[in-house]
Amino acid sequence: MSVAQPLVDPSVAPACPEEIVIATAIAAHGLVKVYRSRKSEVRALDGIDLEVEAGTVLGLLGPNGAGKTTTVRILATLLRPDAGTATVAGFDVVHQPQEVRSIIGLSGQYAAVDENLTGRENLWMFGRLYQMSSSAARQRAVELLDQFGLVEAADRVVKTYSGGMRRRLDLAGSLISHPLLLFLDEPTTGLDPQGRLGMWEVIRGLVREGATLLLTTQYLEEADELADTIAVVDHGKIIARGTADELKSQVGGERIEVIVHDQVDLGRARQLLAPTGIGDPHVDEHTRRISIATDRGAQGLVQVVRDLDEASIRINDIGLRRPTLDDVFLSLTGHESESGE
Amino acid sequence: MTSGASRTKPRTGVGGLRQSASDGLIITWRNLKRIPRIPELAIFAVLQSIMFVLLFAFVFGGAIPLPGGGNYREYLMPGIFAQTIVFAAATTAIGMSEDVHKGLIDRFRSLPMARSAILIGRALSDVVYNGGILIVLMLSGLLVGWTVRTGIPPFLEGVGLLLLFAFAMSWIGIWLGLSVPSVEVAQQAVFIVLFPITFVSNVFVPPQTLPSWLQPIAEWNPTSTLTASLRGLWGNPNPYASTGFPSQHPVLVTLLWVVVIVAVFAPLGIRRYRSMSH
Ligand SMILES: Nc1ncnc2c1ncn2[C@@H]1O[C@H](COP(=O)(O)OP(=O)(O)O)[C@@H](O)[C@H]1O
Ligand SMILES: [Mg+2]
Repeated sequence: MSVAQPLVDPSVAPACPEEIVIATAIAAHGLVKVYRSRKSEVRALDGIDLEVEAGTVLGLLGPNGAGKTTTVRILATLLRPDAGTATVAGFDVVHQPQEVRSIIGLSGQYAAVDENLTGRENLWMFGRLYQMSSSAARQRAVELLDQFGLVEAADRVVKTYSGGMRRRLDLAGSLISHPLLLFLDEPTTGLDPQGRLGMWEVIRGLVREGATLLLTTQYLEEADELADTIAVVDHGKIIARGTADELKSQVGGERIEVIVHDQVDLGRARQLLAPTGIGDPHVDEHTRRISIATDRGAQGLVQVVRDLDEASIRINDIGLRRPTLDDVFLSLTGHESESGE
Repeated sequence: MTSGASRTKPRTGVGGLRQSASDGLIITWRNLKRIPRIPELAIFAVLQSIMFVLLFAFVFGGAIPLPGGGNYREYLMPGIFAQTIVFAAATTAIGMSEDVHKGLIDRFRSLPMARSAILIGRALSDVVYNGGILIVLMLSGLLVGWTVRTGIPPFLEGVGLLLLFAFAMSWIGIWLGLSVPSVEVAQQAVFIVLFPITFVSNVFVPPQTLPSWLQPIAEWNPTSTLTASLRGLWGNPNPYASTGFPSQHPVLVTLLWVVVIVAVFAPLGIRRYRSMSH
């Protein structure tokens, strides 16, 4: 079937994205999404701006319910935003969805593979639906099964796969057409530690090959591990962005952390710590832990130990901690990163 | 049927309609593959129908006399076929709802495939599936005394009518499956809707035994017109046919039902499917 090529201005709508070097892989401005039901209205996205350069990895970091999946679904054309615009490789996600679909790969939060097909059959089917010929789809399935360590399980129904194998198959499915851009929504949630390490290895491999990736995660450690830049999202807004190091420096330097033995001592210990640190100490009643930023390093730690000892407050643990992304989250949002549950 | 495929980008070189057809066949293949892999589904579908046959043919059957000495089991079987086909909507609704809730629909919707293919594939594969179940049921029917007294062409006409009706019911199932919040709700909703439809009919008992206000409903009920069509086409006894229009022209009324159901539920289902992105 021959199709008349319309004359298009390539700067407006590139006719063939593969041949154009795209500096900005994803650009989103002011995305708003409100879920309405009879009873309630949830403002899932409240003005999200994002930019991802080609060949880089953006980690979208936030607790449960922050709006990560909603963002990914809009960028992958599954959901229309109520306001705002987004382009993927220059294509508008609302007005050119089919073009966007032909260059992205999506691996959703839950492995979306057919449980009653084998791994090989799943990949063949996805290949066919990417409009590949039957033999090309078969060939590609073989390559991917090999790449993702699924050769032995290839002809077993997916029902018999472990969680990690399903996620790997799901990811393989999203790579069928060599996508320019890959969306991974919480790729390691629900995996055991071994499955998680395996998944990290696979993702690092993709990054080495120069994939452009948008990855969402609830795990600060994971964003630190895999992403070039991190955008922290909470209640549908981006509340911070930068490299892991930039974010860490935003929280200040080291922290002193104390776990007291008796809950009743929490108040007194808090007062003792305050002058040695910067800003307000953070107290977690449940774990009896107090932490505070400090610029006095080991010297400050010694001071605190002395003060606590003089006040005869029994402690279970004390230490000087380099800031982690958990601290970043805490200082940005005022709550723990996984409190959204 | 028009679909989102009309917006398909030319770079794949595949036209909208052709892509709908080829993608639809792949989805059909995929739906059919699962049947032998979850044999329980098909086995229970057949067992349910066989249970009705046994129950009515051997337990209640003796209490339901047919004037003119007709064989009750021969009277019953076309009704059982029709009932089984009406329940086709359940298979479809449950399959559809499973795909939604296991995230497969999302995956399909993120692929550059024809959007209508999911629905077409679902309707097609369910027609094939129900065709298979019908074969098993007809063989069982032959064992208990059912037979076709007319000939091959009217027999095939009856089978065609059953499959057409299965196709129509699939659209109800598609719409239901996309509308309910979970697979369990899909199961319950379907049975709440379908049991009255099959019982307020001529499947098991003469409609004249129903309360008078229910009789016109039973007479126009598509299960009844489908059953009456089959009895007429195959020469099976139907001693209670009334002089009402549906009883006199059951095939015509059944075809009308097919048109009405598809005309109402196909657009509803497609709209549901589209609005999943809102
Ligand atoms: N289909 C939906 N209907 C109503 N509310 C929804 C729907 N999907 C998500 N939400 C709500 O929108 C918010 C953001 O959800 P989501 O994007 O899934 O967050 P995340 O992926 O970061 O956990 C949450 O409050 C969630 O409850
Ligand atoms: Mg999510």
